[in-house]
Amino acid sequence: MGIVARSRVKSPWIFHLNTGSCAGCDIEIVAALTPRYDAERLGCVLVGSPRHADVLLVTGPVTRQMLPRFIRVYEQVPEPKVVVAVGTCASSGSPFLGGQMVEGPVDKIVPVDVYVVGCPPRPEAIVKGIVTAVKKRFG
Amino acid sequence: MKNMVTEKHGETKDVEVDYARLRIPFGPVHPALKEPVSLRVTVRKEEIVDVDIVLGHVHRGIEGLAENRNLVQTLYLVERVCGICSHSHTTCYVQALEEIGEIKPPERALYLRTLIFELERIHSHLFLLGVLAYEIGFDTLFMFTWHVRESILDLFEKITGNRVHHSMNTLGGVRWDVDQSMVEEIMSTMKNLHKYVQQIHDSFQDKSVEKRLCDVGFLAKDEAIRLCVVGPTARGSGVDMDVRRDHPYAAYNDLREDFSVVVKEKGDVYARTEVRILELFESINIIQKILAKLPGGNIRVEDNIIKLMRRIPQGEAISLVEAPRGELLYFVKTNVKGGLSRLKIRTPTIPNVLGLKPMLVGCEIADIPVIIASVDPCMACANRITVVDAVTGEEETMDTSVLRRKR
Ligand code: SF4
Repeated sequence: MGIVARSRVKSPWIFHLNTGSCAGCDIEIVAALTPRYDAERLGCVLVGSPRHADVLLVTGPVTRQMLPRFIRVYEQVPEPKVVVAVGTCASSGSPFLGGQMVEGPVDKIVPVDVYVVGCPPRPEAIVKGIVTAVKKRFG
Repeated sequence: MKNMVTEKHGETKDVEVDYARLRIPFGPVHPALKEPVSLRVTVRKEEIVDVDIVLGHVHRGIEGLAENRNLVQTLYLVERVCGICSHSHTTCYVQALEEIGEIKPPERALYLRTLIFELERIHSHLFLLGVLAYEIGFDTLFMFTWHVRESILDLFEKITGNRVHHSMNTLGGVRWDVDQSMVEEIMSTMKNLHKYVQQIHDSFQDKSVEKRLCDVGFLAKDEAIRLCVVGPTARGSGVDMDVRRDHPYAAYNDLREDFSVVVKEKGDVYARTEVRILELFESINIIQKILAKLPGGNIRVEDNIIKLMRRIPQGEAISLVEAPRGELLYFVKTNVKGGLSRLKIRTPTIPNVLGLKPMLVGCEIADIPVIIASVDPCMACANRITVVDAVTGEEETMDTSVLRRKR
């Protein structure tokens, strides 16, 4: 394994995109990075630009306004990338399924590697989701 | 614009310079924002001269969805309006239904509702204080407040089984009871929390923190009244309002003597922050009083929620609560078939976001994130169908039929 591939596993960089979530999943993602769960000990870093990221965490059912932005952000993440759908909303669209402004779920728009379900999922589950995704694609 | 240009060889020149205005798009996807909102900021040099706020990125059509579901399904839907103040939304909704159906929840249920309500306020305020610390680059304080916040989430999990969406409310009462050991645990957590909040309070009085927070993002009192801002944002500008005192609901009528409304006059970011910190002490106090007074009895009037739902006739009601961010209003209109013919949600962030404009104008670009954070906007709550074309200033409010066509 080359140094680049190895660092991808050792230290996956994460970009978090809210596509219309209720903020429940987002606070659990942040909680996963704060002292109690501390995903940073696994080398995870939350980055501010999709161009720096290896892992794209998507929350929310993808609203119509966010759809073009979501696709743009997805395209900006360099290959190889993994997409983790966090929350029931992102995984299946429920409970907003059938809403007039809802275009999702996420896998209708882009390929998803790992689904983390729960409304919202616990921070441990989110950490597990990231680890599984990284192992699956890069490991 | 007239401007003095540097002296050259001892002579001063008067030159006409028109600093071009620069328009900076800020968001919807931006590292300083946790939720999508788009600001179009017009700047002259470093100074902000105009702000335009574009909402709607998180608009999911909840009010429309609610009209196709029955009353109980809607209870779980409105909980998902916002992940931070989910209990406020369900309380407000359930109160309206209880008024229409003339259902009177037992005393104990009202106290338990209030208990969760205040725990939620603590969790939400700690959340905001952490974000604020993060925005000014004080990561240690950010991590510390979020660590303290975990103890509240633990309580939520032990009482209701879930950390974020508690699903505590049901028609005519609450779903979970607390026993004696739980009461003791909450008491001891509150004692520790008091100590931690004191530490957070001290950290916010640090000189370098004050430098970032004092004297930025002013909102004058008359401006605050004119824009109808609510909650801690209004109280930080000297407007004395609080639904808990002015229109008591749940158990707040009994607890009237046990809390005071925190008001600060100054109207800057620091004042709003201080209001929130002092409210944390008030909330801790309220929780201790609730646990001391907790009456016995049932926690709901009827176990079969569907039976209760059928009892709700056609009618309409307005309900108000003081969510962590301010006054939250629900207008609920039920129909004969046990569904809703109209649900209108007016969240506190809508008026508060309007207050951003006077706060931001005149400040510097670097202060944008901290000023936005200081009104604690919750975008998941705030998104509406009104579409504002920021370039032409055109406003278009879409109704359902237009939306259907667009689909
Ligand atoms: S899955 Fe649940 S908590 Fe997460 S964004 Fe959707 S509604 Fe909110």
